Amino acid sequence: MSELIFEKSRSGRRAFAQAPTSSESVAIPESMLRSDRPRLPEASELQTVRHYTRLSQKNFSIDTQFYPLGSCTMKYNPRACNALALLPGFANRHPLGPADHGQGFLTCMFELQEMLKDVTGMKGVSLTPMAGAQGELAGVAMIKAYHDAHGNHHRNEIICPDAAHGTNPATATMCGCIVKEIPTLADGDIDFDALQQVVGPNTAGIMLTNPSTLGVFERRIKEVADLVHDAGGLLYYDGANLNAILGKVRPGDMDFDVIHMNLHKTFSTPHGGGGPGSGAVGVNERLLPYMPIPVVGKKEVNGKPVYDWVAEADIPQSIGRLSGFMGNSGVLLRAYVYMRMLGRDGMERVSEYATLNANYLAVRLRDAGFELAFPERRASHEFIVTLKSEAKTFNLTAMDVAKALLDKNYHAPTTYFPLLVPECLLIEPTETESKETLDNFVAAMVEIVTAAKEDGVDYKEAPYTMPVRRLDDVKAARQLDLAFRPDGS
Amino acid sequence: MPFIPHTEKDTREMLDAIGAETIADLFDEIPKELLIEHLQHVPEALSEMQVTRLMHDRASMDGAPLCFIGAGAYEHHIPTAVWDLATRGEFYSAYTPYQAEASQGTLQTIYEYQTMITELTGLDVSNASLYDGASALAEASLMAVRTNRRAKSGVVLLAPGVNPVYEKVAVAIAGAQGLVFERLPQDAATGNVDFDALPEGREPVAVVVQQPSFPGTLEDVDRLTNWAHEQNAVLVGIANPVALALLKPPGQWGDEGADIACGEGQPLGVPLSSGGPYFGFMTCKQKHVRQMPGRIVGRTTDLDGNPGFALTLQAREQHIRRSKATSNICTNQGLMVTAATIYMSLLGYDGLRSVAAASHANTQALLAGLTAINGVEKLYDGAFFHEVALRLDRPVAPVLEALASRDMLGGFDLSSFAGLDALLICATETKTAADIDSFVAAFAETMSGSKLKSA
Repeated sequence: MSELIFEKSRSGRRAFAQAPTSSESVAIPESMLRSDRPRLPEASELQTVRHYTRLSQKNFSIDTQFYPLGSCTMKYNPRACNALALLPGFANRHPLGPADHGQGFLTCMFELQEMLKDVTGMKGVSLTPMAGAQGELAGVAMIKAYHDAHGNHHRNEIICPDAAHGTNPATATMCGCIVKEIPTLADGDIDFDALQQVVGPNTAGIMLTNPSTLGVFERRIKEVADLVHDAGGLLYYDGANLNAILGKVRPGDMDFDVIHMNLHKTFSTPHGGGGPGSGAVGVNERLLPYMPIPVVGKKEVNGKPVYDWVAEADIPQSIGRLSGFMGNSGVLLRAYVYMRMLGRDGMERVSEYATLNANYLAVRLRDAGFELAFPERRASHEFIVTLKSEAKTFNLTAMDVAKALLDKNYHAPTTYFPLLVPECLLIEPTETESKETLDNFVAAMVEIVTAAKEDGVDYKEAPYTMPVRRLDDVKAARQLDLAFRPDGS
Repeated sequence: MPFIPHTEKDTREMLDAIGAETIADLFDEIPKELLIEHLQHVPEALSEMQVTRLMHDRASMDGAPLCFIGAGAYEHHIPTAVWDLATRGEFYSAYTPYQAEASQGTLQTIYEYQTMITELTGLDVSNASLYDGASALAEASLMAVRTNRRAKSGVVLLAPGVNPVYEKVAVAIAGAQGLVFERLPQDAATGNVDFDALPEGREPVAVVVQQPSFPGTLEDVDRLTNWAHEQNAVLVGIANPVALALLKPPGQWGDEGADIACGEGQPLGVPLSSGGPYFGFMTCKQKHVRQMPGRIVGRTTDLDGNPGFALTLQAREQHIRRSKATSNICTNQGLMVTAATIYMSLLGYDGLRSVAAASHANTQALLAGLTAINGVEKLYDGAFFHEVALRLDRPVAPVLEALASRDMLGGFDLSSFAGLDALLICATETKTAADIDSFVAAFAETMSGSKLKSA
């Protein structure tokens, strides 16, 4: 590891250009003031710049490596989106500033809502959820609110496939629901018979990702929708894989009642080392009265459009507020710029080329000897390779391949998710990668397996070329060291 | 094709390898009736030059008003290096550090952040951040239930000065799990908790106090912390991280300190940006760490025995625990935390203290100027940090509108919170004496017929 910034500190050193000169007329009673000196860094501006530049260089990122992390849609984040969202008029706007000092921002937000309605086929969009998981929370809360408003307080069961993202069942629990898990068939579709058994008078709804986390399209989706709707339940669309069908199929047309979108995936806002995300929700007619607030409304004043917040008074049955203001506005601006640069045709090309890349990579890997988890199925924007036979015959696991890829300067695919495919790699190349990159990745995968199979190379201690070797996770959890304390306190 | 590298030759070769005629054939498993022809309402593409022009026009519509609004989001100077560094592609376009060996930059940054925020709040451990301050209170309330199994009431008592939007968010997020939020009584003179009227026998699971309070006052946090602990309740402190350069940190409140601290991290180098993305911070006593929501980074060793960093205690989280997780959250606001860490490194304690002291001094000057106007009084007795409530002799909204027409945002209309004509104002270190003078003059003119009180 690099020295910590605290270890570079020297008492009395500062980035002096950064602090205002101030009088010391503190008019606060002594008993309320702090008497100790928190140990923040004491470093010069150059030291700080150099330190964090060095740290950044210890990351893999989209800008530096192929990053085929399944389910995460690690596509290029266009530079203009960031620069334009940080224009002073946007970056310095106070969230509680009046609407007439925010027409530029609000216009973008209204148009973003309209574009997202179009690509999802929904009737209303609220931009306020701050991440996919919060969008899920909003969605399930709306489903609950709908049932409660119709006197069906007993409807508290949420159905999730066993392949679902962990956030789905966790969200259902947070909303006070009980999770009913249903199995998946060998061909990757959900077990329709099992679903029929589970659906009933207590069903609040079902949460589905389509294409599913297995990288295949749920072919019986209309039958699923009819079954759940006939039983009085509603359908929730987890938008994690929206990139696969953008501009081709709309969740609204599949009869979903509510959807969250991960703008940081499909609409290419930065992943930022783990956030911020942005989890806008779309709803059909049925759930419009329950949307989270605020949303942006438009009216005509003297023949000119004027944009303003729509809040409590206008949506009295709303599930309420999920953030201090209106969610991750700056992320929304980045998504808006991205969508304007793609335009209608570009939006359709996203799913086309994401699907082309995934199917090409799947076929190339299959032809090179890798086993696809669902060989009979067309890949969506991602697909699964299972290493169960490699693990059995020469002890090469998904973890080994993931770590070996790092040494070949590729970020690893998602490993060990979905949980039901043994030794799996979930691979999502995205539409922004070139054919050469995919070809080179196939070659690297082949080299790794060939070396293990024919030369007995094992990767149990890989990677070797990273800033650190494989880390002791057990020690990390048992001997907790969560903050630097120079005196061990 | 914007952002798609394929040449026609590439596409043909790839389709041939797949054994498909056209790209459309790749969607052949999707029922035909579900496929749409074209999107209807998404406009045609703009080039980068065109969208740049559009966004410059839009941003300039929003102008650069002189802003004295705080109310949970604060304008501070952000050193240029903060976002220059945070938007380096290696930070900006990396994902969650699940592959620890290839993510040491993000992981070490978060570990340094955890150190800094625990130092500021005076508590033992921190997570890697939550969405924002309001949702952090919801998570803290749920965490309080997990740490305090003895309390069966589900009642969370909020001090009168807790941000009302935070309460709404906590209800929306945590209400479905049986939590009930109630307000403690308010002393009308100070705006703070009325200690003579505290409820008995409520057996609260948690007591929440915000310091400085939403209307800017300073609570007797020591006394309230001790009272909460007498009730066997978890004490949750909501703090402003810049104020903590001056004020006693939650970890030192009362005899035993707050159990959990949380709040809005935005003042630490994050732009106002119409409300987000910000980040929520959360710290707690060591003994509660396993009940914390969200990602946590720990320092450990690698195969060679060298130190390195990894996500830890993941058994709490949704991707492992699914329906039994501590929260459904997966994100931390990584990029914002990176910015805040760099901000705190550049400022250091002395710099942060001077930001806090300058903001405090400017707000004192602003208060002195405004209360010299007839019809303007300080609303609550007692000290304040960088935000203070005023009582006006007339409705606030027209005053704010008149100021806005002069490109001045004159504060937050506190009337519905306070139940009378009240205004909440804030002057951070970004305001000069000239800014304050011109605002006071405009305010005096706006209060039509009102003049400066004679000295």
